[in-house]
Amino acid sequence: MPDVIFQDGSIQRDDWTVVPRPAEGESLKIPEQGKALIPADLWLAGYEHFAGNYSVGVWFDSHDEPEILEGKVNELPVIAVNFPKFSDGRGYSIARLLRERFGYENELRAIGDVLLDQLQFMKRCGFSAYALRPDKDIKKAVRCLNFFSQGYQAATDTDVPLFRRRAS
Amino acid sequence: MYVYDEHDRRIAAERVAQFRDQTERALAGELAEDEFLPLRLQNGLYVQRLAPMLRIAVPYGMLRSDQLRRLARITRDYDKGYAHFTTRQNVQLNWPALEDVPDILAELAEVEMHANQTSGNCIRNTTTDQFSGVQSDEIADPRPYCEIIRQWSTFHPEFAFLPRKFKVAVNASEKTDRAAIQVHDIGLQMVRNDAGELGFRVHVGGGLGRTPMVGPVIREFLPELDLLTYLEAVLRVYNRYGRRDNKFKARIKILVKALTPEAFAEKVEAEWAHIKDSPTRLTRDAIDRIQSYFTEPDYTATDNATDLLAKQRFENREFDQWLSHNVDTHKKPGYAIVTLTMKKTGTPPGDVTDRQLEQIAELADEFSFGEVRVTHQQNVVLADVRQDRLLELWQAVTPMGFGTANLNTLTDVICCPGGDYCALANAKSIPVAEAIQRRFDDLDYLYDLGNIDLNISGCMNACGHHHVGNIGVLGVDKKGEEFYQISLGGSSHHDAAIGKILGPSFARDDMPEVVAKIIDVYVDKRTEEETFLDTYRRVGIDPFKERVYA
Repeated sequence: MPDVIFQDGSIQRDDWTVVPRPAEGESLKIPEQGKALIPADLWLAGYEHFAGNYSVGVWFDSHDEPEILEGKVNELPVIAVNFPKFSDGRGYSIARLLRERFGYENELRAIGDVLLDQLQFMKRCGFSAYALRPDKDIKKAVRCLNFFSQGYQAATDTDVPLFRRRAS
Repeated sequence: MYVYDEHDRRIAAERVAQFRDQTERALAGELAEDEFLPLRLQNGLYVQRLAPMLRIAVPYGMLRSDQLRRLARITRDYDKGYAHFTTRQNVQLNWPALEDVPDILAELAEVEMHANQTSGNCIRNTTTDQFSGVQSDEIADPRPYCEIIRQWSTFHPEFAFLPRKFKVAVNASEKTDRAAIQVHDIGLQMVRNDAGELGFRVHVGGGLGRTPMVGPVIREFLPELDLLTYLEAVLRVYNRYGRRDNKFKARIKILVKALTPEAFAEKVEAEWAHIKDSPTRLTRDAIDRIQSYFTEPDYTATDNATDLLAKQRFENREFDQWLSHNVDTHKKPGYAIVTLTMKKTGTPPGDVTDRQLEQIAELADEFSFGEVRVTHQQNVVLADVRQDRLLELWQAVTPMGFGTANLNTLTDVICCPGGDYCALANAKSIPVAEAIQRRFDDLDYLYDLGNIDLNISGCMNACGHHHVGNIGVLGVDKKGEEFYQISLGGSSHHDAAIGKILGPSFARDDMPEVVAKIIDVYVDKRTEEETFLDTYRRVGIDPFKERVYA
């Protein structure tokens, strides 16, 4: 099992399996053992079945609308957002909406093409866990999570932009 | 001018360390080429036809003399002793070595400069009118707002990987638009509402490139304190819904057009409603604090030097011409705004040597409180010159090559580096500019023709702003040969318009004659008061077509 790194720099074995979206006409194949992340809309479609099962979390793709989970986000132990390509920046907006608009408080995980140099942006937008692409050196992640000691803007990590800190 | 505090300095230092780390990993093979690409682009570093090119940010065009001297030293130590003023108020080095770039950034950081977000699919350097703060008809000085936008957009965690590049421009004059705001992704026109409150009229979705468009207004009045939350709403809508499947359809203008400006505006308003009162909302204190950096210098003159200048003009015809063309009215009696033209025939537009950078620094110190502004027309402005010292200044700049009295005339060409330097170009642009400058070397004739914007781009990316030139020239590649397409009637001012293509393209050697024929039509058809653009708008494109393709 690969490792996953958290925003505080701790590294753990990853015990979540990302279940891909089933092809047309096929059904979702959730592993019998362990924990699974399934497409968010399918979780919602099977809400009666999945609600209260903390071995099941969800994932959004970058073109998905996080609005569909409004009011239900905190029923989930993990929400993941997929970066199909690291240069696809939609996941940053999705993360901020989940945290700042819908009040999501549990683990928010970046999955997919997760590289080192994007980690601090992810952290600032509310991601708390990062499933780094396996070929990247996880030992360098802590440094990359903390290149900057502060940012100019308010984001998920701080609601005090620099212009307000300067005033105080 | 803005001065870094300890926060800015620390962020700049951390950025240098970050880019050094990234460069080392790239050179060690730990970062694949496509992974390093956006990282180096967000630092202004291109890999070009002949060498890397480094684009250094000049926020809203402002430079201090110590920064000019540092740029001069950098061009000497790391490059071939010259730099290029770009069409977006920035500076480019054409030959730095990749491994030297972190050291160059460290040298820049020492004088409060950087190369952040000068390329890449992120929020770029905010540009504005080069006469900000010294002209009499502006609503307010736009530079504090540009600095506020600079800080907000620097390493914005949500908007570092947009569908495409994103450019914001601010204009504050009611009568003129020297910042070409209507051809930017966001154009902000400073306005006052009926209650006298300061705010912005917001244009979104203008741009040049493959699909040139004039940006529609999506909000008539945005109160100044709401500037950043509203920008954040626009950017979030764009980040989420802008196209990512096709590079040529990824700019925000395509989204605005596809949704219609009205529907786009509704989406922005809906998003904004959620974040309008968030901590990102500006405070009076925050604006005051930034404004305190843009106070007036210690002006000493109190009266206009009208009699003295009249006498000097009478005695020296060339000085008289320079005064008429390259010197503008200042809001303070006794002062003048001087534009140094970087358009001497035979020199690529915007190119300066290390020595010239130092000369400009000396001029700034001697005549203009140690500051200059870079213009998007690739010239340099000394904004605060005493009128009684204009003659002395003119005598100093003429031998330096900055005194060509052709500002805003046909030979004050906006021109990208083109195929001589740029890997993207389809054709060379500098030799075309030069050939046209040589063809029109009679200043009196140029003055008679009046203001004409001639803009030349070496490819569709339109760095030379050819769509908004009164005469626009676009380099195209036809089966490996360089040809040039002409468009007429463009404007980047308040009456912004995209030029219309004249017809089939021309070989490079024919270009001076083709432009001469276009000018002849104007001279034949114009009424006494008409500019080139006026005549074109009245008579249309046909008379030009008939003459050129006869």
